[in-house]
Amino acid sequence: MIMEHQVGRENRLVIAHMYFATIALMVGASFGLLQALSRAQWAAAPAWFDYYRMLTAHGVLNAIVFTTFFICGLATLLTYRAIPRERSLWIGWLAFWVMAISSIMAALSILRGNATVLYTFYAPLKASPWFYIGTTLLVVGTWIVMIDLIQNALWFWRNHPGERLPLVVHGSLTTFVMWFIATIGVAIEMLVFLIPWSLGLVPKVNVMFTRVLFWYFGHPLVYFWIMGAYLIWYNLVPRFYGGKVFSDALTRLAFILLLLLSTPVGLHHQFMEPGISPGWKWLHTMTTFGVVIPSILTAFAIFASFELAAQRAGVKGFAATIAWLPWKNPAFTGPALGMILFIFGGLGGVINASYAMDTIVHNTMWIVGHFHVTVGGPVALSFLGAAYWIIPRLTGRRLWAPNLALAQTYTWFVGMAIMSTAMHWAGILGSPRRTDNVTYLGAAAASSWMPQMHWAAIGGTILFMSILMFVAVAIGTLFTPKTQMDPILPAPVEDEALATPAVLDRIGTWAVVAIVLAVLAYAGPIHELLTMHTYGAAGMRTW
Amino acid sequence: MTAGVITLIVFLCILGVAALHDNIVPPSHLQTIDPAQVSQTPPFDKPGLRKTGPKQYEAYLVAHIFAFTPESITVPAGSTVTFYATSPDVVHGFFIAGTAINMMVVPGWVSDDSHTFTKSGTYLLLCNEYCGSGHHFMYGKIVVQ
Repeated sequence: MIMEHQVGRENRLVIAHMYFATIALMVGASFGLLQALSRAQWAAAPAWFDYYRMLTAHGVLNAIVFTTFFICGLATLLTYRAIPRERSLWIGWLAFWVMAISSIMAALSILRGNATVLYTFYAPLKASPWFYIGTTLLVVGTWIVMIDLIQNALWFWRNHPGERLPLVVHGSLTTFVMWFIATIGVAIEMLVFLIPWSLGLVPKVNVMFTRVLFWYFGHPLVYFWIMGAYLIWYNLVPRFYGGKVFSDALTRLAFILLLLLSTPVGLHHQFMEPGISPGWKWLHTMTTFGVVIPSILTAFAIFASFELAAQRAGVKGFAATIAWLPWKNPAFTGPALGMILFIFGGLGGVINASYAMDTIVHNTMWIVGHFHVTVGGPVALSFLGAAYWIIPRLTGRRLWAPNLALAQTYTWFVGMAIMSTAMHWAGILGSPRRTDNVTYLGAAAASSWMPQMHWAAIGGTILFMSILMFVAVAIGTLFTPKTQMDPILPAPVEDEALATPAVLDRIGTWAVVAIVLAVLAYAGPIHELLTMHTYGAAGMRTW
Repeated sequence: MTAGVITLIVFLCILGVAALHDNIVPPSHLQTIDPAQVSQTPPFDKPGLRKTGPKQYEAYLVAHIFAFTPESITVPAGSTVTFYATSPDVVHGFFIAGTAINMMVVPGWVSDDSHTFTKSGTYLLLCNEYCGSGHHFMYGKIVVQ
């Protein structure tokens, strides 16, 4: 029997991750609100307001810091609970502090105006070395989290010979191994190219090479977010309607497929660039469609789990099943409304990945709409919804203002639906992304974008109010009376599910296969870039 | 499942046929140029419009902080224009609103794509990749008469 004080110590580590994520969300989103209002020209920008600096801070804090801290906390929590034992937490705290200090380092560098290079930090825009070193150390912190997960899995295999690795540990570890393979690209970009160059040790940088390395990391980054949401969808969401995991084997298969297919797809972000032959772009188009498969498997498994649980409760038929689900529990409505948004995220993604169609939408507001309805839809809503269930079980206090929490999930859904629809629409009309005050001296095309920017600002304002509600509930839950909460356990697996093939647990072997696939997808374009006669570019500070 | 896989295969085949048969491929020029020497390297030493045939043009543009040079070009309606663009400083975008011309302009490389302007009017050319504090002032126009 594991001692209660051990669980309490572990809970404090996870609380640290989740509240740091909440602060990053809150600060980053307030910059997002200012951008939405500024593009709609509702508020005359105050003198101190620097659109591009705030845009960089919004992207880094919300897309990177918020998501990474939440996923690290979630994977650590699920793994610790699935493998209860007395364990030292120094490695977990080391990871947290490396990540926290490096995030603050990068954030200060941005807010002081020394790194207005956006979260994609495209060279030859040259930021302060503190920004590059900070973001690199943030990644190093996540590698320490992975080492902790591996250590716990190894302990399990040693002490439970012949037993299956718990499903949540399998999912958590697969997510971090995928992340490790992907972050090698950005680590090379930073350590070999950008950091020596920003320190003045190297005069020039090969721009296309850094871009290929960035997008080798940049697309799997979004699957890191999605896999965090899938951990919740498969393992926690069924608890909220008394259901079970549809299939252990299917769940493990989906995570292994994401490990294999997330990386060899990055060139679909570079369709419009010189220096890469169309053949390689076409190859990455095809692999991008491959990574749709685990998402379709997931959609199937979720509906199957709904249906089986409803049948046990005597409910039959599609509409009756949907109506039976707990639409008044914020822990359920967060992920469930996120799933609805993901349908549109997926449809838009298929268009972006389609080579010829991407020409119309590349670098327009359409893309901004797309990633808000994905990372700001299924990912963020699932994280916030799950937090309503997890945080009270970490603090041992009941959820403060559950109706406010419920309203938060619905207002987020409405705000995001309005904002992302407007952004997609503006993009089709040609409105550029990442651009302040797009009037172009009254050009006719530019005036056609304005109505959509007003809608985007309405949606953005609703979203910001929703975030305030979340922050209120998160803070309130620190002060409600102590109470006995049920333990954090993932949903059980359906009794009739078939046995899982043992090969799905060989994560190390699958990691090797994933690396081979990444090499096959990238050897060609990288060889092409290295054998071309190329010229370096000097760094520049254009802000 | 089967229907889904078949749909996927048919879709990819359409993209493949469009790419191979109709040459619908994204801009993927492989020509390099020294970004420090753009203003001395022909043809970018004299950027502008060249007529290459009846209603056929080549347009050489330099995208730099925070403008396009030349800032405006004029062609008759029905012209096919092949755009070549490069950058002497940072990464820029080259996007003509209302057309499928949408290229990244990367220092060290030359980007190209072509478009037939069937309708007359003034088209907005703009930079759609963040390039610095004056990014939103970086635009030009294509006048089709």
